[in-house]
Amino acid sequence: MQISDSHIGFKAEANPDPNGTLQLALDRIAKLPKKPAFMLHTGDVTHLSKPEEFDTADQILKSAKLDAHYVPGEHDVIGDDGKQFFARFAKEATPGGWYSFDHGGVHFVALINVMGFKPGAGGSLGAEQLAWLDKDLKPRGASTPVVVMAHMPLWSIYPQWGWATEDGPEALGLLKRFGSVTVLNGHIHQVVQKVEGNVSLRTAMSTAFPQPAAGEGKGPGPMKLEPDKLKSVLGVREIDYAPAKGLAVTEATLA
Amino acid sequence: MGAAMSNRIVPRVFGLAFGALIAASAVTGAAQQLAKATPAEIAIDNFAFEPPVLTIAAGTEVTWVNRDEEPHTVVSAVKEQPFKSQALDTKDKFSLVFAKPGTYKYFCSVHSHMVGTIIVK
Repeated sequence: MQISDSHIGFKAEANPDPNGTLQLALDRIAKLPKKPAFMLHTGDVTHLSKPEEFDTADQILKSAKLDAHYVPGEHDVIGDDGKQFFARFAKEATPGGWYSFDHGGVHFVALINVMGFKPGAGGSLGAEQLAWLDKDLKPRGASTPVVVMAHMPLWSIYPQWGWATEDGPEALGLLKRFGSVTVLNGHIHQVVQKVEGNVSLRTAMSTAFPQPAAGEGKGPGPMKLEPDKLKSVLGVREIDYAPAKGLAVTEATLA
Repeated sequence: MGAAMSNRIVPRVFGLAFGALIAASAVTGAAQQLAKATPAEIAIDNFAFEPPVLTIAAGTEVTWVNRDEEPHTVVSAVKEQPFKSQALDTKDKFSLVFAKPGTYKYFCSVHSHMVGTIIVK
């Protein structure tokens, strides 16, 4: 399962109860006929990186009783470069915050593109992380399915709103020799997809609030909807892998 | 944070008493000018600093007000002029006194495409 952008601590009109909608997302996952192997959270667990937000998020997420792997969003690393986030949610990470693991024949890579922002630029991975990624992928055969998770889109969706990763193309260059690559992103609170050769890139719905489509309106702020419509634009993503069939992805709203 | 702060820039986010104390001890000349300068305000609205370029007289206090439903920060883009706000939630404010002439570029460390400049004359 992938969940994203839970924004615990968000209080504005677009969703006064992000705790409730995160819980609802986890309830959906719990009702699935087959228990997922684990959960991937693609960042913005909290809204303001406050200790009490991390506490609340941790308590709600733990209640799912699922193994989980996290990458931070820019909202999770405000003021402390992710110190609280990594201590709580990514103990397996390398000192830079990135990490990889294998499950059921699939190689999973967790990348960080929300740190060390430069003024006027978009998200970035940095030379050190790209060198690590190269080394991490090198010994693996092209037939290994690869799933990459990162908060900000690894491709350029709308750089004017920061919906891009400056050196994302370099990471995708290292991935293109693999036969099946799935890139899971968050950040933009809606599903946008792109396929480049064997690489399929997908952003996810949020569990907290929707954002406008790229370039629509004045900015990428939270979108206010009628209360009965909110659940239809929040959701989670199911990822199924069968060696014979490959990866299958299903979007499920909270409605 | 205090030790790393340039003497030229006086943080007011911790409250008036703290700001006044620093102003009196570190930048006495600026404190005198402060009385003359009209405070300036920069709105943070729709993921932008408004106005993006603000020209002020030395000693002016600048206050950023976050009018977005999204948190933002105000962080100096130049290492030699360090200033940094905490995360500003909706309606939160951050104030600084710019005591010395110069060009102060800054950005939002959460949304790095948001940039602004203060020109102090």
